[in-house]
Amino acid sequence: MTKVFPFTAIVGQDDMRRAMILTAVDPSIGGVLVMGDRGTGKSTAVRALAQLLPKIRMIEGCPVNSARARDVPDWADAVTGRAVTRPTPVVDLPLGASEDRVTGALDIERALTRGEKAFQPGLLAQANRGYLYIDEVNLLEDHIVDLLLDVAQSGENVVEREGLSIRHAARFVLVGSGNPEEGELRPQLLDRFGLMVDVTSPSDIDTRVEVIRRRDAFESDRTGFLRRWKDAETDLRGQIVAARKRLSKVATPDDALEDCARLCIALGSDGLRGELTLLKTARATAAFEGADEVTRDHITRVAAMALQHRLRRDPMDESGTATRVQRVVSETFGPAVAAAE
Amino acid sequence: MTWARATLAARCLAAGGRDLGGLWLRARSGPARDTFLSALPPHVRIHPDIGEEALFGGLDLTETLRRGRTVSRDGLLANASLIVLTGADRCPPALAARLGQHLDAGGAPIVAVDEGDGDDLPPSALTERLGLFVTLDGIPLSDLVPVPSVTVNASSTVRVSSEAIAAITVAAATLGIGSLRPPRFALAAARAMARLGDRSTPSDDDLRDAVSLTLAHRAAPAPEDAPEPEPPPDAPQPQDADPADGGGTKGDRMVDAARAALPPGLLTALAAGRAQDASGTGAGAQKTNGTRGRPRPARPGAPSRGRIDTVATLRAAAPWQTIRRAAHPDDSRPVLIQPSDIRLRRFQQQTERLVIFVLDASGSAAMARLAEAKGAIELLLSDAYAARDHVAVVGFRGNGAQCLLAPTGSLTRAKRALAGLPGGGGTPLAAGLQMGVTFATQARRGARSPSLVLMTDGRANIATDGLPDRTRAMSEAQDACRLIAAASLPLLCVDTGTRPNRALRELADIAHARYLALPRAGAGALASAVLQ
Repeated sequence: MTKVFPFTAIVGQDDMRRAMILTAVDPSIGGVLVMGDRGTGKSTAVRALAQLLPKIRMIEGCPVNSARARDVPDWADAVTGRAVTRPTPVVDLPLGASEDRVTGALDIERALTRGEKAFQPGLLAQANRGYLYIDEVNLLEDHIVDLLLDVAQSGENVVEREGLSIRHAARFVLVGSGNPEEGELRPQLLDRFGLMVDVTSPSDIDTRVEVIRRRDAFESDRTGFLRRWKDAETDLRGQIVAARKRLSKVATPDDALEDCARLCIALGSDGLRGELTLLKTARATAAFEGADEVTRDHITRVAAMALQHRLRRDPMDESGTATRVQRVVSETFGPAVAAAE
Repeated sequence: MTWARATLAARCLAAGGRDLGGLWLRARSGPARDTFLSALPPHVRIHPDIGEEALFGGLDLTETLRRGRTVSRDGLLANASLIVLTGADRCPPALAARLGQHLDAGGAPIVAVDEGDGDDLPPSALTERLGLFVTLDGIPLSDLVPVPSVTVNASSTVRVSSEAIAAITVAAATLGIGSLRPPRFALAAARAMARLGDRSTPSDDDLRDAVSLTLAHRAAPAPEDAPEPEPPPDAPQPQDADPADGGGTKGDRMVDAARAALPPGLLTALAAGRAQDASGTGAGAQKTNGTRGRPRPARPGAPSRGRIDTVATLRAAAPWQTIRRAAHPDDSRPVLIQPSDIRLRRFQQQTERLVIFVLDASGSAAMARLAEAKGAIELLLSDAYAARDHVAVVGFRGNGAQCLLAPTGSLTRAKRALAGLPGGGGTPLAAGLQMGVTFATQARRGARSPSLVLMTDGRANIATDGLPDRTRAMSEAQDACRLIAAASLPLLCVDTGTRPNRALRELADIAHARYLALPRAGAGALASAVLQ
């Protein structure tokens, strides 16, 4: 997987791309859930984003990609201590993965052959400081979902089994994708994703043709294709890095806080997580666009992706939840803002 | 599909390789299938129950224990150049997801052999990633001629013009195919066809063949044979798209080719199957003793049969250490373990519940009640994920029963199915109950626990042969209820009439069912009654 399709060459799917960029600017937003049709480039986008992001510095051989030698867990061996730069890790969590593989478990080989009690790290360790990608997240087994919820909440993976007592850092951006026709997502997990976007196959023919053309050009000549998109990639990377730096300096006026609160009250979204995510996402948008402070415009533009999955379900309402958010936005702030959006 | 087309697909796969993902072979066992499979290049066969380690490699436990050092083993996927998955219609979603990942990473192509009929399709996570489709049903024995072996340079470059790319994309869109993978497969197939004919660019025939082998089976049924007139939302007019270079007409010709490639009956069946697909690939019921669920005490077993419980294995080996040490004083291993010590983990999985609504949609049933039933189903489904419940809906009206919603856990799908529920006509109660029972027994076979909810005013007046006969209708309904009692299927009878109906009460008694007269039920009340 050395040459992946460039993020900037992805045609359309603006919401998905924007949501992913925002979580790259501020990973604490808490991941993206992408729901929609098959073959819309969901996994392409995740892989492309990881490739786009600046490489991370880590200690060579560290099983949890530690940045500094003193962060390397004491159970790790074969660590050289040398700092190396590596692309941001993207780890696939496959459907049906066993709990052992996700959290890590007793290293059977060493236990049996050498009689040693050693820890074999799992997917959560590999994903530390990177992305954990779950395709068909709505079909994930309940006990794996519970496990992910725990780890995503605490940023730490705790393994207490088979006589082992291990804990290691597990901070990652959770990216889930799925097709709503195949089953519902459990509400706790739904709420855990910072942002949610719907993707559909592009309906206009020019866009579709362009997708296939670019894909074909990429497959036929990967090196040449990557060369052509290098500048765009570098620009976007620079923008994200600059936004990360600027993030802490973006001012949050009281008006913006009030706007977020009013919107969440009007929507009746449960808990404070929605409000916090809305604010963080608006701030990341401001940072990405080079603004000094969060404005109502930033908030209204990200309201749907930050809040649509946190609304109480109304089985009788046929319109999508994103539409409901937009409706409430224009009711709360007046139609002028929504029209300008 | 003719034998010539089927074998063209096989040769195309050989020439197209990994870009095509693979081939979905829908065929019952028989000479046609055997001849077809024997024509494939050397391949590895796998089946849906294959273990993770066998596929993806891992520790070779027996060798490791024997030699006292780690011996790992490659999985079947590692070195295969072609994989044949038999029994693909029984492929569990987890395996489909793993094979999908394998294909996405550019792994060896997969031929999925599907023996299902109608409803049992392989998971769409897999078929979505297999470029070609072949069905061998109905090919006479006399047509079977050996397939010539393919010798092409798979890496030779074939240039596809920009217009051809546009035409293929337009064809896919016109056929109502939303996903953008299929047009890429069509492109790869066109390249393979050109390679087969040793051309540097695909001919029009190549393009047509490619489209018919990769797109036809994914097409939404043409309007005239569509079961429901639901136009694909994203089927634009090809003429608008590419007026300059005549790509539109080329696209049209390809659409015709794709439509002609398959008998219309098959297309409708596949599309209908596609609509029910969620029940097959969704969070379907897994057998007990699988690899997931709540842990149970470990049992002895071969390592290939499941996951090893290391602690239990070591515990089983411990008492023998002194004896074994005495027998093998030279063995340097700290713990002497023999295959008989191996203990496997066992898991128990909660079976899913399937609530089958049997809805009276006749003229006598007030339409308001239908709305309540819809509301109840949606309320149940919105909690479905947490409770792992699935819901199916059978409606009966006019002269028969109809499956309105195949078992699903998807709110989206349920909403869509229920929105179009028509009402009016007679009350073929027995037909509705019979279909409900059929669903329930199917669900039991799939290790789900089914329960039935009958919603009717109980005024049955149509017999199962579709003819109006009040007496026979009632006695047949009673028969169906005896069947329900005999199978001890849980049934809830909801009387939706304005006044409680004694006949329905008697039916409920025959079926050993709970009877509930709901003079003023809301969706919420109904949902909670079902959950009790």
